[in-house]
Amino acid sequence: MSNLKGFRMKRMPEPQLIFEQSSPGRIGCNVPVADTPEVDLSAVLGDLREELNLPEVGELDLLRHFTRLSHINYGIETGFYPLGSCTMKYNPKINEKTAGLPGFANLHPMQPVATIPGALEILIGVQEMLIAITGFDEITLQPLAGAHGEMTCLMLIKAYHESRGEGKQRHIVLVPDSAHGTNPASAARCGYDVRPIPTTEEGNTDLVALAAALDDSVAALMLTNPSTLGLFEPNIEQICEMVHAAGGQVFCDGANMNAMVGTTRPGDHGFDCMHLNLHKTFSTPHGGGGPGCGAIGLKSHLEPFLPAPVIRRSEGKVIADTDRPSTIGRVSGFYGQFLMEVRAYTYLRAFGKEYMADISRHAVLNANYVRARLKDVLPPAHDRPCMHECILTAEKYKKENGIRALDISKRLIDYGFHPPTNYFPLIVPECLMIEPTETENKETLDDFCDVMIEICREAVESPDLLHDAPSTQIVGRLDETAAVKNLDVRWWPSK
Amino acid sequence: MPYIPHTDADRAEMLATIGAQSIDELFREIPANLRVAPGSLDLPPALDEHRLMAHLWEISKKNVNLADVTCFLGAGIYDRYIPASVGAVISRGEFLTAYTPYQPEASQGYLQAIYEFQTMTAELYGMDLANASMYDGATSMAEAAIMSTSIKKRDKVAVSEAVHPHYRQVLETYCWSMGIEIVVLPALEAGATKDYSTAEGVSSVIVQYPNFFGTIEDLAAARKAATEKDALLIVVADPVACALLKTPGSFGADIVVGEGQPLGVAMGLGGPMVGLFACKKEFIRQIPGRIVGRTKEAHGDKPGYVMTLRTREQDIRREKATSNICTNEALMALAATVYMIALGKNGLKQVATTSVRNTQYAIQQLTAAGATLKYTGKSFDEFVLELPKDPTFVRDELLKRNILAGLPLGPYYATLTKCLLVAVTELRSKDEIDTFASALAEVLK
Repeated sequence: MSNLKGFRMKRMPEPQLIFEQSSPGRIGCNVPVADTPEVDLSAVLGDLREELNLPEVGELDLLRHFTRLSHINYGIETGFYPLGSCTMKYNPKINEKTAGLPGFANLHPMQPVATIPGALEILIGVQEMLIAITGFDEITLQPLAGAHGEMTCLMLIKAYHESRGEGKQRHIVLVPDSAHGTNPASAARCGYDVRPIPTTEEGNTDLVALAAALDDSVAALMLTNPSTLGLFEPNIEQICEMVHAAGGQVFCDGANMNAMVGTTRPGDHGFDCMHLNLHKTFSTPHGGGGPGCGAIGLKSHLEPFLPAPVIRRSEGKVIADTDRPSTIGRVSGFYGQFLMEVRAYTYLRAFGKEYMADISRHAVLNANYVRARLKDVLPPAHDRPCMHECILTAEKYKKENGIRALDISKRLIDYGFHPPTNYFPLIVPECLMIEPTETENKETLDDFCDVMIEICREAVESPDLLHDAPSTQIVGRLDETAAVKNLDVRWWPSK
Repeated sequence: MPYIPHTDADRAEMLATIGAQSIDELFREIPANLRVAPGSLDLPPALDEHRLMAHLWEISKKNVNLADVTCFLGAGIYDRYIPASVGAVISRGEFLTAYTPYQPEASQGYLQAIYEFQTMTAELYGMDLANASMYDGATSMAEAAIMSTSIKKRDKVAVSEAVHPHYRQVLETYCWSMGIEIVVLPALEAGATKDYSTAEGVSSVIVQYPNFFGTIEDLAAARKAATEKDALLIVVADPVACALLKTPGSFGADIVVGEGQPLGVAMGLGGPMVGLFACKKEFIRQIPGRIVGRTKEAHGDKPGYVMTLRTREQDIRREKATSNICTNEALMALAATVYMIALGKNGLKQVATTSVRNTQYAIQQLTAAGATLKYTGKSFDEFVLELPKDPTFVRDELLKRNILAGLPLGPYYATLTKCLLVAVTELRSKDEIDTFASALAEVLK
């Protein structure tokens, strides 16, 4: 263990809540002072609130508080983050600089459209580059996250079927059993009934089951390609043809777009629409769980239903078109995650035509390398080349040593790596889903694989090391059952 | 390309380990007719970092940004001071580049910060608890409406006409897709909801506080009307106004939502924002989105934080989940956390009080300049002016004088074509308000 590299978090004193550091009379910001006449607040506003229990701390204490908290939090800049399905790639610093330009950050969403030609240029620029990359006819940037994009796609599909008088009749959405949970949840959000479609032993969509499920009650199939098994669906064209022949639409879950950028275009596969996670594929930071950024792509038959306003070119200018009689309406307050679009624009222009394909080529190279290096200790779920992530199973350690995928993951934390995704997809037992991304160098991957091999040896020789992990962090394993039983979701002054 | 560190030697060694001749070979499962050659997409050329920055700078300069004009535009997004500490904290890589805290032992920093966020959001709104954030104010309200239909098992909601028009548009989209009916409560006569009581069978009554016109709605009456129909009261509340106003919670609101942008988040053309979502304790199991809870170690006594009540969420419950939301707005929630701490109880009250003073002064000066105050109800930091000239013309004329005067309401309300919605935050000075008033007098001449 001693010769294995990795970042280990500092041992720290237990951090206090900010409320416990409060002292009456302190303030952490030099607030603007009024120079207009005083007013009688009760006369102007009516009854006023009583207490306002916000903490009172000085500015330096505030910064130390958050610096301490940052030291007990793991990000991509801390170390390797091979969280499958999440595409934890480097978030370039130049993106932060461009998004912070006053001409972008200080725009009010309801200021006159004539005063934001630069913003519209960014939006149309991102749209046009994503059209080139995905092969769709249209892109909208209004959805605010991946699941929000899925939901918007299903709304477009719903509006399309309604426009053909088949809205009521087509009430079923087919979702493979390997899909992300957001797929069935988004379908339910659009009032659809969800039917699962099984996956074959080889890891492909079960065509026999699909054929049996297809009839005139099916609104859509939601398919992730490459699938959550990290495999490209080789029958994709046939699948799209089958669904179209039954009058249904095919949605592509774009969580795995990183495997395809510059190499293959989902619009060419036969899909009708797709969501993209710009916070995965196009490097906008995840921010600890958001903001996401959920663009969607679609074919022209769905275009009339796009959420308004539609950003498009007209007579040599870029306009925000609100004259959209068939629109589904708004799905969010304004223009989408504009400052995230600035970051995505910056990223796309850094790669350009010349280098765009390098993204998918190195993402796939890295995943296959990890897969090859670990195959003897953690066998892949399928004996096929993987795409941008590899799905391994720890089933053998569970059977023989009582060690679960979760134990391996927690032990990885002790060695300074963020764990991969566990137990997803649900159809692979003791699943470890590893997505290295293209931004990791070979040395990091080698260190990670060395550690994984070591942990697998520990699983056999000293399994308690894994059961007790992690032991290097500010806390050990936490009691999640107690968290539900004794709900404590806010601090109270009385404590 | 600095973001991809592979050398030729790396690629060769890695391919050898894999047992492949080339990277192309790794893509062999993609049918050949579906592959495109590297470098063949119709994209602009790559830019080096210097040229990239210059290019973006040029584009950004084409916009009129609010450093160049004096902003009296609000309508749900407010020009408020953002303390320098906010940017310093949210740009730290440990926060900025983290994923959702699925591994709590390695994510205690963020989890604790979100617990602090939940505490302060609930405190501001006077509610039992709050979640870890939603996308924005508009979607937060739509989620609250849907939550009320699943609690009350009735597919109808009532919403005041004085709720932000974009929020109502988002509500319409969500409700259309789920087959939920919307009843609109009139509010244009006096700028506040005329009658909070509504048709039978609604699951919730939705009002905004202060409302879109800046008027402070009568939440006691709204509560009473909702209770009479056995409906939930949903309040869309401005968090800064709640530093002074009686809280929605003190009136018995069931769910309180809002846009958290005024709490230290850049306007950024409206994205990313942060949706606030708070409710009564009894509804915690129906709440959408993530919630952080405090617990302790499984084999020890140290306290720690985890995401809790996870069985409500999509990755576990799939189509039976309370919502499809997965990613929320954690980074913006962190910004709001830093903001609320930096200002603290006295600072936030001062911001709110200064806004009220500035607003009262602006009402005096602007009405003296020839405009009429359309609605005379109590207001916090926003109000509607009726103008003797076309508001869009007036707005555009004032913009030539570097004043962003507000929002013409005609496009949103057919009967308010003479009206302009004006907001005055703590950032406006007496001088700026005087300049606005004299410019308005000139334009109205």
